[in-house]
Amino acid sequence: MSTLSINVEAENTKLASHDDHAHDHHDTSGDTVFGFWLYLMTDCLLFASFFATYAVLFMNTVGGVSGKDIFELDFVAVETAALLISSITFGFAMICAQGQKKALTLIWLAITFCLGAAFIGMEIYEFTHLIEHGNGPQGSAFLSSFFALVGLHGLHVTAGLIWMTILMIEVARRGLGKPTVTRLMCLSLFWHFLDIVWICVFSVVYLMGAM
Amino acid sequence: MNHNETHNDASHGTVKGYLIGFVLAVILTVIPFYVVMSGDFSKVTTLWTIITLAVIQIWVHLKYFLHLNFITEEGRANTFSFLFSALIIIMVVGLSVWIIYESNAMMMY
Amino acid sequence: MSFLGKLSLDAIPYHEPILVFTMAAIAIGGIVLFTLITKYNKWGVLWRDWITSVDHKRLGIMYIFVALVMLFRGFSDAIMMRTQLALATSGAPGILPPEHYDQIFTAHGVIMIIFMAMPFMIGLMNIILPLQIGARDVAFPFLNNLSFWLTASGAILINISLVFGEFAKTGWVAYPPLSELTFSPGVGVDYYIWALQISGLGTLLTAVNFLVTVFKMRAPGMTLMKMPIFTWTCTWANILIAASFPILTALLAMLTLDRYLGFHFFTNDGGGNAMMYINLFWAWGHPEVYILVLPAFGIFSEIISTFTSKRLFGYTSMIYASGAISILGFIVWLHHFFTMGSSANVNAFFGVMTMIIAVPTGVKLFNWLFTIYRGRLQMTVPVMWTLGFMVTFTVGGMTGVLLAIPGADYVLHNSLFLIAHFHNTIIGGAVFGYLAGFTFWFPKAMGFKLNVRWGKAAFWFWIVGFFVAFMPLYVLGFLGMTRRLNHTNNPDWNIWLYIAAGGAVLIMFGIICQVVQLFVSFRDREALDDETGDPWNGHTLEWATSSPPQAYNFAVIPEVHDIDAWTDMKEKGQVYQSKASYEAIHMPKNTSAGVLMGLTLTIFCFAMIWHVWWLAIVGLVGAIGVFIKRCYSNDVDYYVQPEEVLATENAFNLSGSAKINSKGIKA
Repeated sequence: MSTLSINVEAENTKLASHDDHAHDHHDTSGDTVFGFWLYLMTDCLLFASFFATYAVLFMNTVGGVSGKDIFELDFVAVETAALLISSITFGFAMICAQGQKKALTLIWLAITFCLGAAFIGMEIYEFTHLIEHGNGPQGSAFLSSFFALVGLHGLHVTAGLIWMTILMIEVARRGLGKPTVTRLMCLSLFWHFLDIVWICVFSVVYLMGAM
Repeated sequence: MNHNETHNDASHGTVKGYLIGFVLAVILTVIPFYVVMSGDFSKVTTLWTIITLAVIQIWVHLKYFLHLNFITEEGRANTFSFLFSALIIIMVVGLSVWIIYESNAMMMY
Repeated sequence: MSFLGKLSLDAIPYHEPILVFTMAAIAIGGIVLFTLITKYNKWGVLWRDWITSVDHKRLGIMYIFVALVMLFRGFSDAIMMRTQLALATSGAPGILPPEHYDQIFTAHGVIMIIFMAMPFMIGLMNIILPLQIGARDVAFPFLNNLSFWLTASGAILINISLVFGEFAKTGWVAYPPLSELTFSPGVGVDYYIWALQISGLGTLLTAVNFLVTVFKMRAPGMTLMKMPIFTWTCTWANILIAASFPILTALLAMLTLDRYLGFHFFTNDGGGNAMMYINLFWAWGHPEVYILVLPAFGIFSEIISTFTSKRLFGYTSMIYASGAISILGFIVWLHHFFTMGSSANVNAFFGVMTMIIAVPTGVKLFNWLFTIYRGRLQMTVPVMWTLGFMVTFTVGGMTGVLLAIPGADYVLHNSLFLIAHFHNTIIGGAVFGYLAGFTFWFPKAMGFKLNVRWGKAAFWFWIVGFFVAFMPLYVLGFLGMTRRLNHTNNPDWNIWLYIAAGGAVLIMFGIICQVVQLFVSFRDREALDDETGDPWNGHTLEWATSSPPQAYNFAVIPEVHDIDAWTDMKEKGQVYQSKASYEAIHMPKNTSAGVLMGLTLTIFCFAMIWHVWWLAIVGLVGAIGVFIKRCYSNDVDYYVQPEEVLATENAFNLSGSAKINSKGIKA
């Protein structure tokens, strides 16, 4: 591990001095990553709209359950732990990918995938549990906005898992060529970004709701 | 190992950086969960703890996991686009909530 | 639930004579087009050079083609409405029954904003922006093609609604609870949702694409503060798109959940809050109008500067004014619903913000006036559109400031005064701008200039028609007539309604003149040929290329030293010079993935509208499959060989320098 980090640091310093102004041809990996980052910024706005709606509607329980009644914080804490750990395992996968260590990259990606899948599994359990007890999204505006906001995040994580599967196949078959590493970078941004959204979800929805 | 391939700065991290970020993130997650679950604190304290720690944790994730910075050209571009988005989000969410809460108040709702 | 969901033969409105006539016309037109393409054996050309093209210039032309087709459709709606209102006075029923009339005014609004103005703006941006910054293409050429097909899918869906089922009867804003399932049980609102959703996605991708292009692919030496003004205003518009369209996506998704899965975001029951829809709609909708008008401001700036042969006055202030408009544009949206009844503080805040936003707009007008001052303004067609804009838009802006006063708005809200106001700004601001840009850059895109005589005729019909059509609406607003009325019964209003209908007819003559202009110009294209690529003695880099430009735009990426880079190069005598040899040029390959995704997503949306779930799954999986396959394909580019570059460049530079020598300019 330590040699690895030294190597990456050495490369960091090298890159800090590099000056890349001549863009005679397009679609370099830097452009792709920047483009993907801008897409993530638009995604921020998408989530922000759902947060705003939740903030407006969360008191409208029309006599039904409120957040206090249905949120189980120890359950959410485990979900959060799964996502947080998956963040650092993805980080390790990226470090291995940049060090051109194919097998290690795949292992870290697989671990990340399992953590992500565990998170999604828990979320599906939470949702089915709520629906079975008659607290589905049709119950009230509060439940609608809760299901939509948390479900949107879950949908993103699911998309991330599908993407991760495809990339694992690509890494296994094609190795860690430049386009593949660029794709991994985009997915890593996506994954860490979803983590930040989750911070907002557990703070605003679960913690404040359970207060 | 082949290190001649150049990569994008935005994705670079070190094991140390990730570990620092992770430890901070865990601390910043555990505290608000504890504060809410223990129920020992007043509502106002709890609320502000959640908000403050969430903001700090977002910053930690941005710095250690998403490698936002003001140093490299890529880092600056990403950081400024994030700050702009944050500004828009604060305006849109803040004003929306204000508008709807005020109209609810007008309807004595 | 049957195999075809809600779809059945009853969905085809064969009992409506107007619709049957339209369908017949579309069918006959389609058959004629199909036969002609087959007869002249153009299917291959169409597929290779247009449908699968990733060339930003060709995509731009296709965007503008869509915009013009939709302008035709949207204007047909407009003239039907004006006819209806002119006939249905004093209690007469007129020609359009209410359920049909309601669809028409909804379709008119949606089409004009989303499928006419947006594609027109994006089309001009596609053609010109990469050329202005000295780039060979956009950052993500495939994505650009995909964006076009997503926009086209939306346009196709909205036209399918003519034949299958109905369109929304809710007004272009589709406010709940009217747009909820309880009150709009038909498929109209679903058409609205999916058409907007899919084209909105295309627009969002375009914005991301062009932002990366502008920030990463400028020619060497072109710092941000040396970017042409049109590129700058487009960039602000793109930032606004990136920041506001996700709100529309979220909003439509919520309405979808309400209608399809029984959620309670905006319903009357279950604790829903319809006000939140209105709020979010305008949090997108207000930035949207600046998205439309900012690029038009850029076009006017380029035109004024070119045809006065002067540098634009206050270039820097123009950029900051655009930036101020963009940011302020995000905190004024409540002025669309002052009457919702939020508190006085809320209304006051948004009223004041709205008045403040008039300041940077005023700055721009003065900049244009000062550019004209002591310049030698040539009265070309683009300049006439620009001058027409200055007058019309100022009127629209002033009535806007009037509406920004919450107290006045309570009187004028949803009256025809409002209708007159926003047509004043959108037609007088955005549409005049696009038409000016269309005339200005037509030779660049097509290789020949537009006929001037017919262009001037079109302008005069448009501007006179505009004032005749919309000034009466201000009066009607003051007389108390509200919008979206199907028929009226107030003798005081009649005369104004007749005049307005006459104005619409004048505008129709303007559009006919434009069609004739296109035909005549195409016929005389030899005489109107633009062999130098610089017909107006332009200032910026798009004029450095041939007309139409080569696929690779620039054989050698130019070095930029000045805001008016091309003027600078001409002054230094660095133009039309061939090199002994060229390097091979790296270019993206055509792809059918964009059109296939457009097709599969159209199928998905259509199936969702009609609740044909199996088909929706097929469409969605198909689209995702095509996308993944495309993303992991590595065969996406090719090289233009140096010999080929040399031959084309020599031919172009010869004709360019010949023109310059004949003019006596030092080359």
